[in-house]
Amino acid sequence: MSAREAILDPLFNKNPVLLQILGICSALAITNSVLTSLIMSMAVTAVLAFTNVCISLIRNHLPNSVRIIVQMTIIASGVIVVDELLQAFAPDVARTLSVFVSLIVTNCIILGRAEAYAAQHNVRMSLLDGIGNGLGYSLVLIVVGSIREILGSGTWLGFTIMPVVYEGGWYIPNQMMLLAPSAFFIIGLIIWLLRSWKTGQVEEREFKEINLAKAGRQL
Amino acid sequence: MNNLVDIFLRAALIENLALAFFLGMCTFLAVSKQIKTTLGLGAAVIVVETISVPLNNLIYTCLLRDGALAWAGLGHLDFSFLGLIVYIGVIAAMVQILEMILSRFSPALYNALGIFLPLLTVNCAILGASLFMVQRDYNFTESVTYGFGVGVGWALAIIALAGLREKMRYSDIPDGLQGLGITFITAGIMSLAFLGISGIDL
Repeated sequence: MSAREAILDPLFNKNPVLLQILGICSALAITNSVLTSLIMSMAVTAVLAFTNVCISLIRNHLPNSVRIIVQMTIIASGVIVVDELLQAFAPDVARTLSVFVSLIVTNCIILGRAEAYAAQHNVRMSLLDGIGNGLGYSLVLIVVGSIREILGSGTWLGFTIMPVVYEGGWYIPNQMMLLAPSAFFIIGLIIWLLRSWKTGQVEEREFKEINLAKAGRQL
Repeated sequence: MNNLVDIFLRAALIENLALAFFLGMCTFLAVSKQIKTTLGLGAAVIVVETISVPLNNLIYTCLLRDGALAWAGLGHLDFSFLGLIVYIGVIAAMVQILEMILSRFSPALYNALGIFLPLLTVNCAILGASLFMVQRDYNFTESVTYGFGVGVGWALAIIALAGLREKMRYSDIPDGLQGLGITFITAGIMSLAFLGISGIDL
């Protein structure tokens, strides 16, 4: 696997959220505005790159039986640093994100990549893999955040795109976009779009379709 | 007593961790194909939540919170920033101990839970419950009720989703939506339905 693939593959071909079902909780809960999505993306990408490098560094000295606990400790240390930094420099955003920054600890992208990639590869490739998967996650978060903020409050990153009725404009904001369930629908539809483009990702049906015309002739 | 019933109902239904806060989503969407497996997983979540939330509550009030170490003459220390690492350690250790106890005394239940037991360590519903407990400043009895309540709520949600998915198995779904896509949309509709009871004030 080349360096290029390590960074670009997680964007569309092996997207952590849309294909590997990793890190969905935060993708749903905090995407009601672009700003929180951006901050969350940066936090996750930073933690992911940091833990991948650390785990890759000690991969040859780590006994298999205590693997998970050591990995969790490294991840938790990284998250605590990010959490304290956010509370110091962006207290407003930290309050909006509430427990979701702390919950990066149990974000399965991070443990998933540590287990599946960093535990077997060298430091350089693990760093690139961490950044790549962080970008794949960020892409989904920012797209969902943009759709929800534009349709839900008519703004993008705080700038007015569609002036809303309450402030003398024409757009009646769709309140449902600000509620959490809309994220489920948006991600579901993004998955549909992506899989119509990359048909290799389509899942097998659990039943086989029969050809009705052929079956009729046999009867 | 009234207060405890209130906390239980609120945790299990109104502020359902899976459908209102989206915690434990990865497992929720990935392991909800069959009702049978979700029953085992739900039971495991209830047990782990009921033990780990009160345990973390004790650790927080006796060791970590600002001034909690006053009994040792160290009242000026505030270890609450270490909370995260301690809670996840407690949860990991708890899951490990539960695994050993179950395999020794109740092999049948142990086999039924299988791989889900160790996976609970990284289920954000478990850690999330501990963090909410700290944020809302529950006392010990309240935290027992809360832990049990969120466990029951999460189990209910995943069993309901598995029931829906079993019914949908033979539906004719467009190729791109097959599997994960339609599961997302189903969970979205369930979550909308749960919003209906979110306005209830007990």
